[in-house]
Amino acid sequence: MNSGDGGGAVAAAAAVTAAASTSAANGSADAAAPRRNSKRPKYSRFTQQELPACKPILTPQWVISAFAVVSIIFVPIGVASLLASRDVVEIVYRYDSDCVPASWASDKLAYIQNPNISKTCTRTLTVPKRMKSPIYVYYQLDNFYQNHRRYVKSRNDWQLRDASKANDTSGCDPEDAAGGNPIVPCGLIAWSLFNDTYRFTVSNSNLPVNKKGISWKSDRDHKFGKDVYPRNFQNGTVIGGAKLNSSIPLSEQEDLIVWMRTAALPTFRKLYGKIEVDLQANQTITVTIENYYNTYEFGGKKKLVLSTASWLGGKNDFLGLAYLIVGGLCFFLAAAFTIIYLVKPRKLGDPTYLSWNRNPGGH
Amino acid sequence: MKRFVYINDNEASHDPYCDNRISNRKYTILNFLPKNLWEQFSRLMNQYFLLIACLQLWPLITPVNPASTWGPLIFIFSVSASKEAWDDYNRYLSDKQANEKEVWVVRDGIRKRIQAQDIHVGNIVWLRENDEVPCDLLLLGTSEPQGICFVETAALDGETDLKTRVIPTACAGLASELLYKIKGVIECPNPDKDIRRFDANLRLFPPFIDNDLCPLTINNTLLQSCYLRNTEWACGVAVYTGNETKLGMSRGIPEPKLTAVDAMIDKLIGAIFLFQIVVVIVLGFAGNIWKDTEGQQQWYVMYPVEGPWYELLVIPLRFELLCSIMIPISIKISLDLVKSVYAKFIDWDEEMYDQDAQCPSHAANTAISEDLGQVEYILTDKTGTLTENKMIFRRCCINGTFYGNNSGDALKDGELLNDVVNNVPDVVRFLTVMSICNSVVPTKSPSGEISYKAQSQDEDALVNAAAHLHMVFVNRNGNVLEVNFNASAVRYELLDALEFTSDRKRMSVVVRDCQNGNILLLSKGADEAILPFASNGQQIRSFSDAVEQYAQSGLRTLCLAWRELNEDEYTEWSLMFKEANSTLVDREWKLAEVCQRLEHDLEILGVTAIEDHLQDGVPETIETLRKAGINFWMLTGDKQSTAIQIALSCNFIAPEPKGQLLLINGRTEDEVLRSLERVLLTMRIATSEPKEVAFVVDGWALEIALRHYKEIFTELADLSRTAICCRVTPSQKAQLVELLKSREYRTLAIGDGGNDVRMIQQADIGVGISGREGLQAARAADYSIGKFRFLTRLILVHGRYSYNRTAFLSQYSFYKSLLICFIQILFSFISGISGTSLFNSVSLMAYNIFYTSIPVLTSVLDKDLSEKTVMQHPQILFYCQAGRLLNPSTFAGWFGRSLFHASVVFLITIHSYANEKSEMEELSMVALSGCIWLQAFVVTLETNSFTALQHLAIWGNLAAFYAINCIISMIPSAGMYTIMFRLCGQPSYWITMFLIVAIGMGPVFALKYFRFTYRSSAINILQQAEHSRAPIFRDFESPVESSEKDGISLPSTAQPKSSRSPVYEPLLSESTPNAARKSRGQTTIEFFQPPQNRLSYSRNCKNN
Repeated sequence: MNSGDGGGAVAAAAAVTAAASTSAANGSADAAAPRRNSKRPKYSRFTQQELPACKPILTPQWVISAFAVVSIIFVPIGVASLLASRDVVEIVYRYDSDCVPASWASDKLAYIQNPNISKTCTRTLTVPKRMKSPIYVYYQLDNFYQNHRRYVKSRNDWQLRDASKANDTSGCDPEDAAGGNPIVPCGLIAWSLFNDTYRFTVSNSNLPVNKKGISWKSDRDHKFGKDVYPRNFQNGTVIGGAKLNSSIPLSEQEDLIVWMRTAALPTFRKLYGKIEVDLQANQTITVTIENYYNTYEFGGKKKLVLSTASWLGGKNDFLGLAYLIVGGLCFFLAAAFTIIYLVKPRKLGDPTYLSWNRNPGGH
Repeated sequence: MKRFVYINDNEASHDPYCDNRISNRKYTILNFLPKNLWEQFSRLMNQYFLLIACLQLWPLITPVNPASTWGPLIFIFSVSASKEAWDDYNRYLSDKQANEKEVWVVRDGIRKRIQAQDIHVGNIVWLRENDEVPCDLLLLGTSEPQGICFVETAALDGETDLKTRVIPTACAGLASELLYKIKGVIECPNPDKDIRRFDANLRLFPPFIDNDLCPLTINNTLLQSCYLRNTEWACGVAVYTGNETKLGMSRGIPEPKLTAVDAMIDKLIGAIFLFQIVVVIVLGFAGNIWKDTEGQQQWYVMYPVEGPWYELLVIPLRFELLCSIMIPISIKISLDLVKSVYAKFIDWDEEMYDQDAQCPSHAANTAISEDLGQVEYILTDKTGTLTENKMIFRRCCINGTFYGNNSGDALKDGELLNDVVNNVPDVVRFLTVMSICNSVVPTKSPSGEISYKAQSQDEDALVNAAAHLHMVFVNRNGNVLEVNFNASAVRYELLDALEFTSDRKRMSVVVRDCQNGNILLLSKGADEAILPFASNGQQIRSFSDAVEQYAQSGLRTLCLAWRELNEDEYTEWSLMFKEANSTLVDREWKLAEVCQRLEHDLEILGVTAIEDHLQDGVPETIETLRKAGINFWMLTGDKQSTAIQIALSCNFIAPEPKGQLLLINGRTEDEVLRSLERVLLTMRIATSEPKEVAFVVDGWALEIALRHYKEIFTELADLSRTAICCRVTPSQKAQLVELLKSREYRTLAIGDGGNDVRMIQQADIGVGISGREGLQAARAADYSIGKFRFLTRLILVHGRYSYNRTAFLSQYSFYKSLLICFIQILFSFISGISGTSLFNSVSLMAYNIFYTSIPVLTSVLDKDLSEKTVMQHPQILFYCQAGRLLNPSTFAGWFGRSLFHASVVFLITIHSYANEKSEMEELSMVALSGCIWLQAFVVTLETNSFTALQHLAIWGNLAAFYAINCIISMIPSAGMYTIMFRLCGQPSYWITMFLIVAIGMGPVFALKYFRFTYRSSAINILQQAEHSRAPIFRDFESPVESSEKDGISLPSTAQPKSSRSPVYEPLLSESTPNAARKSRGQTTIEFFQPPQNRLSYSRNCKNN
């Protein structure tokens, strides 16, 4: 039985050297017998499947150090991310139920749908820590499916960009036309534009909210036309959300531009504006909320968020925690593998482990 | 059905047959598109994708732009269509070349030069030396006075020797001028593809000779694509033209073979499809429920209260479209691509280049390389496959006297030489039969040396041996045979040749001795075809003993005989022979019957013994492959004792007492049944004994067994790892292949001759040896190799790598498609189960056909173990045979991995990109990049050997992903304008990517490491051994080798008895290198393992 092994090996080795030497001596051989070798396959390392290759295998040293290195890298990043997230000061105020008068509490839908009731609602918020400018003002909606199949596609980008395409309302169904005239901007997204407004005062002086530059520059420049003006908007039988000033071109309607960057998650925050002064700890801010937007029908929450930002963005402990956990697990795995390796060493590549050497009855 | 060909009749109205335009084209310019599309759409998977693509045209339900399916679909279709078109164009070019070649044709009595395509049936075509024959011609005249010409038929049957063709007797002696005016009718069968038969008649019209029917055979024809050699000119009448020639008819597209891997992939695709249907139904339901409850409250979605009638279908259909990417659209094209690379690797392999014949190996069928790695049974021919088919005359027995027994070479036996010189009559007659009872053509070189062109290697050996013994066959001049014996010329007139057929197993010639006018019948053939027809008075005992003795030593035997005929008997018989010769129906059978009437009362002259060398490396090849768990059956037309002898000498079976041969014989049903049952009983008992049991069956018993006792025989076939079937016909060979295939074994048939063609075509894999018997087998085969020993490399290296690579490639394709699909499904849970696509159309399209397809294609370069290791441990092939790397359970692993990775990507993305960052385009690009990163690492983890190309493909692909997306991000009108730039500038993006990779790959990596180290498979162990250059290698190269060489012929016999016990367990943990070596020696044990165990085990693996 051994003869086959040895023979094969020797033959293979011999053939390899033969191949190598032939390729080396090809010039002379070819000259001597040009026809003889005409059918011989051309030698190259690729055709012979002999390209130089490295064959890493999972040795314990290698694997253990890989896990160790990952844990060494991940833990500091995790700490840094967590610190960044902790640095962010955030005020979240949920006002959807708060701002409904107690008399309407049992039927909030009727309250919000009644145009004759004032929707103004004034509250005070306390700044927990010093907030450095810029302070971002967000509104947060819960249980709002901007990613719904019917909703997310209900827009027409050509129409938004180009004044001459005002009549192009394909895809905007059912908010494509009102009274036979096309709507600009058409579609469910624009139609349901968020229309709550916030005003802030600090110690009786107005706290200005900068609403310029809250949308992406690329959107203002390329997605929403400078010469496209709202037309026939919110003129239908059912009014969705905010109305638009028809004398301002779409490229300057930044609330709309922000709103039309649809969110992929049912819980999302959208930028309302920026406060460009620092707020001190324990300062009280008075917010006047015009609570128009109907989230009561589907039980969605509305929140006002004031937040600073770090290099990682807003307050989000997820990445930091995940990095710490992964780093810890990797450390644990490295340790566990080391212990197994020390306690129960196993010789790699021991032929006695081969099934046919061990158990003749089966593999 | 007959066709009548009117020679030289130029009235076109007479011509109902096609012209000589050859067309191998599948398409024309006009029908290319519809026909090709039709062909492509007859594949089920393409139909499925077409349906999906059509559904996508309905904007209401399509989650993405229809381009995401149409794009890949059109891409894939155009790739295969352009491949087809290119092939077809090349066919067109070669057709055109053949069609426009100029030939000389007689028109209106004048020789004209016209294009080959304008030849019509009935035209007379003139050929010059070295011209290619443009269509099937009936030879009418040649430059040679005897009316013969020589053709090379290599293009037709691959035989390189020159064949003689003769003009029909009716045309003999016609002057060449007359040939312009010849008129007549040929009655011939309708076109068929049998290149060995042309049963027709010729009747010449007056004034040409008499009005007699003249029989025609294949020897009177010049077939298309042959070359005229050694003859100045020849002319013939076109009988079959264009695509109706023998060559044209035999061109056919063989039924495509499906590999086990392909079948498994199809099965898995079916499973995915079912899974997809379930997902669609469940999500469709859930979606409709969400819509009717939650959805109605979401006012901004504006669900109409009353929808159209198909409202209920919309959401399920959307999910169907969303999930259609679960089935990887690119899998077939990727597989086709890598398979053609596998085939190229076989063509290119220098180690499978046959130095002697200067012939590289060739994979004619590019689609079945994986099957090579899964072979379980090899059915091999003997002559020319295991042996060289280089026949050398070694011994003979003339009238009871043995020559050459002492020296081993009769040609050097002084006694025989003496007898020749002394003109001992028996010896002279014996030599006469040796030299002229054949179809050999002697050719004289200018220097006066005589060389022989023979179709049969045996005849070649006999004529050459006779020449050595001073009986030199000098010339075949028409019907006159010239022989030089002891420097005196003897001439014989050849009257009739009773040709060899595999049924008759003998051939004879009838000659007239020109000296004394005696008519002689000279015969030679197999012993059982000659000895029974000995004249009554003769003792045949000594001859059958001689046959037995020679066969025992592995020599091929032929019996020679002769008989003097009297004039009357011959004349009477000759008439019958002529009549039989001119029948159109069943000519072969009728001829055999007539021949039988002459071949009796023979005087047996003696027995010749011819040696056929074993090819290089045959025993080693058989042993290695057998260690790899492959069973060998030898199917040969040779006789039992020769077969057994060869089998012993090439390790096919072990000698007593280690091996045991069980004979199945019998002439009647009862005998065969008893024999079968006895053997089966022994076989069952033997399973518990460490014995190598093989059964031997001959053609007769096999015929009965297959017809009446198929079940018993099948059980026997299951139990037996080795079998020898002798005296089997080509169709029996095919039947045996069919039998093993019906037991779901992967069979490989290897042979070299025309008699192996059927078995080669029948088997899962047919391998032809391009040997001395011509290329017939090699042409019919899927693979052609030069030497039997290349089989090791073909199976262990190419087959195994191909299987491993395809297993990875296909499962990876499933993985990546499932991965992206699972993300879409998960996303639907947070988008109101409405069927929104998270990814945009461009990304989806590019993901499937570009980002994830390119890196994995480099798996064609992956090698899990080096070739050397595989050759040393052929047992490792077991993983491929049992289908361990691609089966439902491995697929489940990949399925789980894709589910896990999808969850990782999705959950991490939505958590790190929550709140103010949850913009749709950004989030989808984060998820997509997560997938791309993961897949790059998955490919890296699953790749065993990295060449520069692999690094380039994997990391280059990752870079290309960013490059492409950055480019798309620069287009203002694109949906993802500026997205990629924004993301790349965010630290949180990169942090998210690393997190996805760490969480996605960490557990996979840890698990793989754990299994690799502590639950190692044999492959892992060998990889480790290879890596650490463990003692295993050093052992092999130095001391063991010498001891191995001693044991080459029968290595297993040296093993200690105790080690053969199937329950033997070497010491596991305490094994020292020394013990390791010992136990390695015991690899033989596997050889003896009870077949039943093996079977049940491999069955289990299959069921996994």
